[in-house]
Amino acid sequence: MAVDIYKYLREDKLPHIWCPGCGHGTILNSLVRAIDQTDIDPDKTVVVSGIGCSGRAPGYLKFDTLHTTHGRAIAFATGIKLANPELNVIVLTGDGDGSAIGGNHLIHGCRRNIDLTVILFNNQIYGMTGGQYSPMTPTGAVATTSPYGNIDQDFDLVDLTRSAGATFVARGATYNPRQMTKLYKEGLEHKGFSFIETLDQCPVNYGRKNNIGGPTEMLDWQKEHTVPASKWEKMPEEEKEGIFPLGVIHRKDDPESEYTARYQQIIDSFAKEDE
Amino acid sequence: MAKGDKVTLANSGWCKRCGICVHVCPTDVLKLGQDRVEIDDIDKCIGCENCELSCPDFVLKVVKVNE
Amino acid sequence: MSKKEAVLLQGDLAVVEGGMAAGAEFFAGYPITPASEIAEGFARELPKVGGKFIQMEDELAGMACAIGGSLSGKKSITATSGPGFSLKQENLGLGIMIEAPVVVVDVQRVGPSTGLPTSPSQGDVMQAKWGTHGDHPIIALSPSSVKEAFDLTVKAFNFAEKYRQPVILLLDEIVGHMREKVILPDADEIEVWDRKRPPADADKENFNPYEWTDDLVPPMPDYGTGFRYHTTGLFHDKTGFPRGTTEDAKKLMDRMTAKIENNLDEIILYDEDIREDDNIVVLSYGSTARSAVSAVNEARENGLNAGWIKLKTIWPFAEEKVSKLAEKANKIIVPELNQGQLIREVERAAKGQAEVVGINRYDGTLIKPEHVLAEIEGVK
Repeated sequence: MAVDIYKYLREDKLPHIWCPGCGHGTILNSLVRAIDQTDIDPDKTVVVSGIGCSGRAPGYLKFDTLHTTHGRAIAFATGIKLANPELNVIVLTGDGDGSAIGGNHLIHGCRRNIDLTVILFNNQIYGMTGGQYSPMTPTGAVATTSPYGNIDQDFDLVDLTRSAGATFVARGATYNPRQMTKLYKEGLEHKGFSFIETLDQCPVNYGRKNNIGGPTEMLDWQKEHTVPASKWEKMPEEEKEGIFPLGVIHRKDDPESEYTARYQQIIDSFAKEDE
Repeated sequence: MAKGDKVTLANSGWCKRCGICVHVCPTDVLKLGQDRVEIDDIDKCIGCENCELSCPDFVLKVVKVNE
Repeated sequence: MSKKEAVLLQGDLAVVEGGMAAGAEFFAGYPITPASEIAEGFARELPKVGGKFIQMEDELAGMACAIGGSLSGKKSITATSGPGFSLKQENLGLGIMIEAPVVVVDVQRVGPSTGLPTSPSQGDVMQAKWGTHGDHPIIALSPSSVKEAFDLTVKAFNFAEKYRQPVILLLDEIVGHMREKVILPDADEIEVWDRKRPPADADKENFNPYEWTDDLVPPMPDYGTGFRYHTTGLFHDKTGFPRGTTEDAKKLMDRMTAKIENNLDEIILYDEDIREDDNIVVLSYGSTARSAVSAVNEARENGLNAGWIKLKTIWPFAEEKVSKLAEKANKIIVPELNQGQLIREVERAAKGQAEVVGINRYDGTLIKPEHVLAEIEGVK
C-alpha cells in the first residue's frame, strides 16, 4: 500500500537546504514513514532540534517544531515533555550537536529515562561550519581542523547511551532505509528514552576528503563496515575493529521507570491525600 | 510493493542529481540526465521502492499504474 | 476584614509564594547559592497542585527546559545567581527571539566569576539588560523587601505572559536571604494574567504564529493543540520560518522592541516620596533602597530637602521619569552595590540638568544609611 509521506512534510519548504547526496533527507524520509506506521497523533507530536545541518530538519516536518540553540535540544525537549507528557517528543540532532556541545544533555536524558525519541544524524563531521572534526570523526580522518589526521578518539554512542540509562538503543544506517524506518518506529513506540544513532553520509565535507568518495560510494562503505547486531555479538574481538553493529542494541521495557510517569506518581500521592 | 507498481518522478524539481536512486535500483530503470534523474526504461521497474526509500529529496514515488 | 496572619518569610521563599500565587506550573533549574531555596521551594510546592519541578544537569539546561515547559503551555520559571545567570544567557536569547513567556530569577552575588557567593551585589544590572548577544527587549524587576519579592514575582509572571517575553527578577543576596514579617494577600486580591492563546476556532492550517497583531503580541498556541507551527532562533517572518531578509529582520526587531516600548506606563514600576521643595533625590533599587529611604527620612528630620525614588522596574529604564526629576532636582544620588551601573542610565536621562553622584560598594558589604546620609548632607 502506498504511503502518503507528503502529508507529514511542509512541501512549500522543499527542496531542502542539504547538499546533493547528503543522507539527512533519507533520515527524514524514513522518519515520516515510521511515524505513519505508528498510531501517533501528528497534532500531539513535537520535533526539536539544535544547530547544524540536522538542526534544519524540523522545519521540513509538519508538526509543532522547534529549532533551538546548539546542543540543547534534549534540554528543551525535556521541558516540553515533562510539562505535557501526552506529547510525543522527537529530537533530531547531529554528532556535533548531540555528542559534543550537547553531550551532557544526552547522557542526562538517558539517565532520567524520559520518554523522548532521539535520532542522531552521525555523518562524522561538522557539516554546516565547513568540515571540522567532531567527537564522531574516526581517529586518523582528515577534517579542516585535523589537516594532519584526527588524533582524537571517537565515541561509541551506543555504548555511551546504554551505560547512561537509555532503555532503547539502536543503530541504523542510511544505506538501509527499511531498517531505519523499523528502528525509528520501535523507538517512537518505546516508553522511555530511545536513542537511534544513524550512520549518515556527508559527501562534501567527509567522504571526498577521506578518499571514500561521493554519496553512493559512502553508502557502499556503510554496507561494508556494518553487520547485524546479532552477528556482531558472535564476532571475535579482532574482527570488530572498524565495524559497526546495526539494529536494536539494547532494550529494556519498564514504563514505570520512565521519568514523567515517576513524577506523576508524586502528583498522584497528593491527589490521594486530598481525597 | 505490489505487482504492477512503477516508479514516478513525483517531485522532479527537487532532484539534486546525487545518483543514489540510480545506485540502489536493481534493474537499471533510472539514469542521470543533464540536471536531474530521468526514467530510462520504465518497463524494467519491479516496484521495489528502493529508490523511493533512499531518495534524500523526496523526488521519487512508486505508484500503482494499473488502476 | 482579612483573616490573614503575618508570617515570617525569607525573600527567596517569597518568590516561591509569589510564583505559586501567579499560577506557576513549571520550574526547571540548577542549585546555586544564594538562589537554591527558590528551587527547593518549588520542588516542594509544585507537585501539590499538579505542577512540575525538575533539577537539570546544568544551568543552560535549566533555562532551556523552562522555555520548553512554557512552549507546552505552562507558566514557567527558573532561578539562579551570577555564574548561572552567565550560563543561561544564550538560551535566554532564544526565549526572547521566540517570544516565550518565562521568569528568570537572578539572586545577585558578588562577581565576577565565583566571586563572593554568599554576599550581596547589584553587579548583574547591566548583564540583565545586555547579557545575551544582540539587541533585544528585556524586562527586569528588582525587589527591595520580602513583600516586594512576592509582589514583583507575580508581576514578573504577568508581564512574561502578557508580553510573551522573558522577564528577569533581580534579587540580591540580602533580599533573597533575609526574613521579614509579611502579610500575604489572599488569592482573590491578586491579579493574575494569562498569555493570549489563539481562539478555538482559529484557522489552524493558515495560522501565523508571529502575526503582526494590533498589540504587537501574537497569540501563542500550546504545543499539541493542532497548530503544528515552527519556532526558531533564526530571524523569522510572521510564519515562524527563517527568511533571512534584512526587511524581515528589521520588522521582527522593531515589533519585539515596540511591544515593550509601547507599554512603558504599565511596565515601569516605582515608588517615590519627593516633596515639592526636595532638591536632592536619592534614586535606588533592591536592597540598597532600604538604606536610601532610611537616610532620606533622617535627612528630613535634620531639615534637609531630600526625597527618594525606588525603582522596582530597572529595565526598561524609567528614562522619562528620571529626566523630569532632573529638571527639578539639583542632585541625584545613586547608591549601588556595584562600581556604578544604573547610574549611567540616570546620567543619560538627566542630560546634565542635575548633578548625578554615585555611592558604590562592590566588596560584599551593604551600603549603610549613614553612607547615603553623608552624601545628602554633602559631608565627604
